[in-house]
Amino acid sequence: MSSAMIDLFLRSLWETVLMTGASGVVSFVFGLPLGLALVATDRGGISENLWVNRILGAIVNGFRSVPFIILLVALIPVTRLIAGTSIGTWAAIVPLSIAATPYYARIAEVSLREVDPGLIEAVRAMGGSRWTIVREVLVPEAMPGIVAGFTVTLVTLVGASAMAGAIGAGGLGDLAIRYGYQRFETTVMVAVVAVLIVMVCALQWVGDRLVQRLDRRSA
Amino acid sequence: MNQHAGALAPEQRQAAATESVVRLVEVRRRFGSTAALDGVSLSVDKGEILGIIGRSGAGKSTLIRCLNGLERPDSGEVHIEGREISRLGEKQPQPLRRRIGMIFQHFNLLSAKTVEENVALPLKIEGVGRAERLRRAAELLDLVGLSDKAKAYPAALSGGQKQRVGIARALAARPALLLSDEATSALDPETTRSILALLKDINRQLGLTIILITHEMEVVRSIADRVAVIDAGRIVEEGAVWQVFADPQSEVARSLLQGIRPQLPEEIAAKLSPTLGSEAVLRVDVAGEAALGPLLADLAATAGPFRFIHGGISRVQGRPVGTLFLGVASGEPDLSQTVQFLTGRGARVEVLGHVFGND
Repeated sequence: MSSAMIDLFLRSLWETVLMTGASGVVSFVFGLPLGLALVATDRGGISENLWVNRILGAIVNGFRSVPFIILLVALIPVTRLIAGTSIGTWAAIVPLSIAATPYYARIAEVSLREVDPGLIEAVRAMGGSRWTIVREVLVPEAMPGIVAGFTVTLVTLVGASAMAGAIGAGGLGDLAIRYGYQRFETTVMVAVVAVLIVMVCALQWVGDRLVQRLDRRSA
Repeated sequence: MNQHAGALAPEQRQAAATESVVRLVEVRRRFGSTAALDGVSLSVDKGEILGIIGRSGAGKSTLIRCLNGLERPDSGEVHIEGREISRLGEKQPQPLRRRIGMIFQHFNLLSAKTVEENVALPLKIEGVGRAERLRRAAELLDLVGLSDKAKAYPAALSGGQKQRVGIARALAARPALLLSDEATSALDPETTRSILALLKDINRQLGLTIILITHEMEVVRSIADRVAVIDAGRIVEEGAVWQVFADPQSEVARSLLQGIRPQLPEEIAAKLSPTLGSEAVLRVDVAGEAALGPLLADLAATAGPFRFIHGGISRVQGRPVGTLFLGVASGEPDLSQTVQFLTGRGARVEVLGHVFGND
């Protein structure tokens, strides 16, 4: 690979990291509360409200059923509103975040749902408020699943960010399509795939280690 | 087990002795078409241990949930320390629930928190500072004999240890009442005994009122002062434990006592005939004074020979309570003389049937 190619490669790597990282953070910050809301408002939840639950569920399902490439284009006005532009890496972070948030919310919801209702009952019995239940029971008890789910979300984002090349966001996926695929530069293709494999493995490894440390459910 | 910051001074305990901590009046709660509680009235005095016993589905759990406001009755009154709580909203009972500690069948310890953090949680909810919380947690772990496990996570503890942590946690906020929901049902007999001994100890030392929900008569027998038998959402029998053991009135109480009171050996029960036989089999229930004297020796001297088939006398709440199965010659007047003699001594006698000879 030429030095210009290597520069491009490194820039693309940074763009992928940036897109994955930034939209990952946003999806965590909004997805976890959304997941909590889905669990809390459901039947038998700590703030049962079936109407709110249905509306939230419908919104989440709506976003999740639209293919990402279409969402990317459909959200261009929203992207322009938030990022000031509809082209480039930062612009791609908006639709990536919007797609990843409901995705992560569902994953978090599953972990939160698995928390033993007996624990919630115990804390209610000792006079804990709903907020106490969220802070002391739901989130800490579901933490291993919350972290494992976040790892899954990040890995999915690495893949989804490849499509963001369609709006000029760059990134490794875009590099692979434009150089490796369209210009038949096999070296670039192989290098990109290799780096992506390493990235995903590293993410998964860190996630798994974290989960292991957090999980106190068995001796 | 020597320091108890929550202990009442004797004079305080004396003064409070007559007021009831819990009073239920005609509490009803339906789920769909089934009445989980069908007019339950009950009161528990300060320092008392009340056992509430019943089969599964009898309404025990609903009853205990009505006591700490987790369940709202459809009608009736629930008074805790003189306050009516059944009409309060979701938020209002929160301070009140802090006056009630609760322990559970499956312990319900938070797996992500250490033992001391679990014990300190009720205080955290109350807004007590961290240093003070941990000091109190250490004190309580000492009380339940688990000081060395303060930094461990619940997953590393045995069932009995987990329940001890549960007890320490329930006591953290110095409750006026401890509710125990089948707290020993998931434990082996030996651990059950040690947990019950601990509860009794706490009851004595802190003057704490305890309500135990259970389906095991053995639990009631070991620590309760009074027992209420619940069936189909109603209290069908209530009284001092020894009385209910000696003379159960309800079918449920008799059936729950089956495993714990002597029963006629099956091979004899199978041969019983209502009319035919050379020997009558009697069931003799004795309690108190009647069981203390030389009852059988006197019987032999007065009414003639008999055969001691099965049974014995044990102690409930320090009082002798027993069931004896005797075989007496079927012929009159021996039989009626025997029955007359035993009844005269305060025993309850039932002729179960007749058998032939020595089988």
